[in-house]
Amino acid sequence: MADTTVTGEAAEPEPAGSGNPDEARPPVTRRSVIGWTGAGVVLGAAAAGGAVAALRTGSDVQSAASAGAAVEFHGTHQAGIVTPVQDRLHFAAFDITTDDRDELVQLLKDWTDAAAMMAKGQPVGDGAVGGLAEAPPDDTGEALGLQPSRLTLTVGFGAGLFEKDGKDRFGLKKHRPEALVGLPKFAGDALDTRRSGGDLCVQACADDPQVAVHAIRNLARIGFGKVAIRWSQLGFGKTSSTTPDEQTPRNLMGFKDGTHNAAGSDRAAQTKHVWVSESDGPAWLAGGSYLVARRIRMHIETWDRTSLGEQEDVFGRTKGEGAPIGKRNERDAPNFKAMKPDAHVRLAHPDNSGVTILRRGYSFTDGTDGLGRLEAGLFFLAYQRDVRSGFIPLQKQLAQHDALNEYIQHVGSAVFVVPPGVRKGGDWWGRTLFESSEGK
Amino acid sequence: MSATRTSAVTAVGIVVAVTAVTGCAEKTAAKGSDVVQVTATDSRCQVSKTTFPAGHVKIAVQNKGSKITEVYVYTPSDKIVTERENIGPGTKATITAEIKAGSYEVACKPGMKGDGIRQKITVTGKGAAKTDPRLDTAVAEYRQYAQAQADLTIPAVKKFADAIKKGDIAGAKTEFANSRIGWERAEPVAESFGDIDPKTDTRADGVEAGQKWTGWHRLEKALWQDKKIGPDEKKLAAQLVTDLEDWQARVGKAEITATSMANGAKELLDEVATGKVTGEEDRYSHTDLSDFYANVEGAEKAYQLLKPVASENEPALTKELDKQFTSIKKLLDTYREGDGFVSYDTVGKTDRKGLADAVNSLAEPLSTLAAAVAK
Repeated sequence: MADTTVTGEAAEPEPAGSGNPDEARPPVTRRSVIGWTGAGVVLGAAAAGGAVAALRTGSDVQSAASAGAAVEFHGTHQAGIVTPVQDRLHFAAFDITTDDRDELVQLLKDWTDAAAMMAKGQPVGDGAVGGLAEAPPDDTGEALGLQPSRLTLTVGFGAGLFEKDGKDRFGLKKHRPEALVGLPKFAGDALDTRRSGGDLCVQACADDPQVAVHAIRNLARIGFGKVAIRWSQLGFGKTSSTTPDEQTPRNLMGFKDGTHNAAGSDRAAQTKHVWVSESDGPAWLAGGSYLVARRIRMHIETWDRTSLGEQEDVFGRTKGEGAPIGKRNERDAPNFKAMKPDAHVRLAHPDNSGVTILRRGYSFTDGTDGLGRLEAGLFFLAYQRDVRSGFIPLQKQLAQHDALNEYIQHVGSAVFVVPPGVRKGGDWWGRTLFESSEGK
Repeated sequence: MSATRTSAVTAVGIVVAVTAVTGCAEKTAAKGSDVVQVTATDSRCQVSKTTFPAGHVKIAVQNKGSKITEVYVYTPSDKIVTERENIGPGTKATITAEIKAGSYEVACKPGMKGDGIRQKITVTGKGAAKTDPRLDTAVAEYRQYAQAQADLTIPAVKKFADAIKKGDIAGAKTEFANSRIGWERAEPVAESFGDIDPKTDTRADGVEAGQKWTGWHRLEKALWQDKKIGPDEKKLAAQLVTDLEDWQARVGKAEITATSMANGAKELLDEVATGKVTGEEDRYSHTDLSDFYANVEGAEKAYQLLKPVASENEPALTKELDKQFTSIKKLLDTYREGDGFVSYDTVGKTDRKGLADAVNSLAEPLSTLAAAVAK
């Protein structure tokens, strides 16, 4: 660990061994790395086990196992939040390049139409084949013949929609939610502006990666001239489950993560922690949410050289079963006192942090970097009712104390407000926001 | 434009050229009664009959004037169907060509210059395609534009070649970007010939093992990277002029249609998207923005000529294209410096992304122009 750099508090030497629970040890904040929001930062810690995850409307209860099926696009809330987590992700952040409000509204309408088609497994526009020989087809075609694959498309609005470079481009400034705040600089943040921010985002999740990529590609194409992709991220191997009886997925560090994420079946927790209520305001956002996206690079190679004992200490869980330290089974209630004070679960667990958010992140591996290291990590996605009482206090705590910080680095960041769902019959993404600002 | 790139336009160009021009078969000699007599003088171009059936047509030319003349048969879009040059005073010549049904013009060019003295003819038969005369006009004007670009390229490339001949590295560098502008504007037409582009405009990565690398980019490397001019470079510079003169002489025969014009405009933006925005095109001289601008100008010219028809069929499309052409040129104008543009290696990643976004914004609607004029 010769490349250790010190930020913030004084560095501590590496613990000599895993069998040395040094409760008094000050937090290790080595390497210019910070925060994790891994296992334990979950919604509904005491979720009822065994329930089949429900989709957004009570009637279409659907098991996460039916991978080829379609997820209903329309609803009170957008799909892709409490929907049982799909296997694959393509997430894209866009800059809005037009200054014309009508053009932007038309784009959101066109996107909504295309998204509804794709969610059903249908091609966009006039399809991929059979059109005029002289014209490029409306749909790019790579999803022809594939199942709907539980594709969900979820749109979010960044601060830049409401105001950018001091300009109120679309007359939306006064409708910006108070809770849509920029994230503070957390200890260890090493954010790349070219992987951060964005005026709009689309989260595409599906059980087939080609279906997810097709969706982003076609929306980007429809958007040319109005929006431009700022950055995008592919993800695989969901790192959290919203279905309690499912096997909890492992992250790239090999640990089970998000054991109690049970949003799909815990309506009360959703109402409390995920959805913005009418009384929260603004009115246009009722039924919406807030999304934090963080690209968290893992120092895979150094992690792999870490002893099993220390790995388990860092997480506060056993690697095999995923049980909290000192417990037998994954779903046993954690005994925090048995963990190191800087153990990830101990810091992040709702019982300790007081924060509950809905995690929906994915692992990523973008090949290798120029130094032969895996360019890999966690693309962290979390939905919450208010960022100010959700991700921010949680990450502040983790950035300062989490033992995982030695092995991770936050390199990308974005916050979006997620508008409510699209109702059937002529509704479109963002309608409530744009209509509330009409004639201003 | 690497040597390996074969566009749809190229493919069509080659195929049609073969059937329409080279295939001016001696296969079935026209019967005597089918011969069309053309009597050329210094001021007249008399055609014995103005309506005759499609097929192998024999044209017997007699030059009764005092100047050397040429005789051409043009399509309504001014493409050369067949031609005979150097017909001396008092001499005769015979041209045979396979001519499909349609309207044409016979042109005599006393003194071998200008548009010629023209006479409309009608070739009857099956398959006479009825085209919108406005599109014929568009194609004819685009051909003139392409010709003008070739014409202005020759003196510019000669200046460039002369500097190399003198061993004047600095002088040659100054002329490099300018020598490419006409070419870059009319590139789809140049590429339609298939054999010229590989000789003149291949990049290092377009050369395969054993292939001799010639043309602009080979010289660009000599000037900027190797920083020396040897006998090889001098020869290559002279060859570049010859190859471009070949292009200049053949523009009139290029197969151009309204569809190929529209696709050519889109391909110019493709060139920008894949080669210029990345800085690969002019990797030694970093004069990419000059090529970039010329590509946009060439695309806009084709668009403007097709706009009368396109705006009738797809008014929303032409509105968007007007906006995006204006916007991309405005953006490029911010990179102007002196007579040209800033060196592309000074354009950072964020700015390059801004240029790439502008290209996408224009190229996406432009890709539907062909369908809008084909309706």
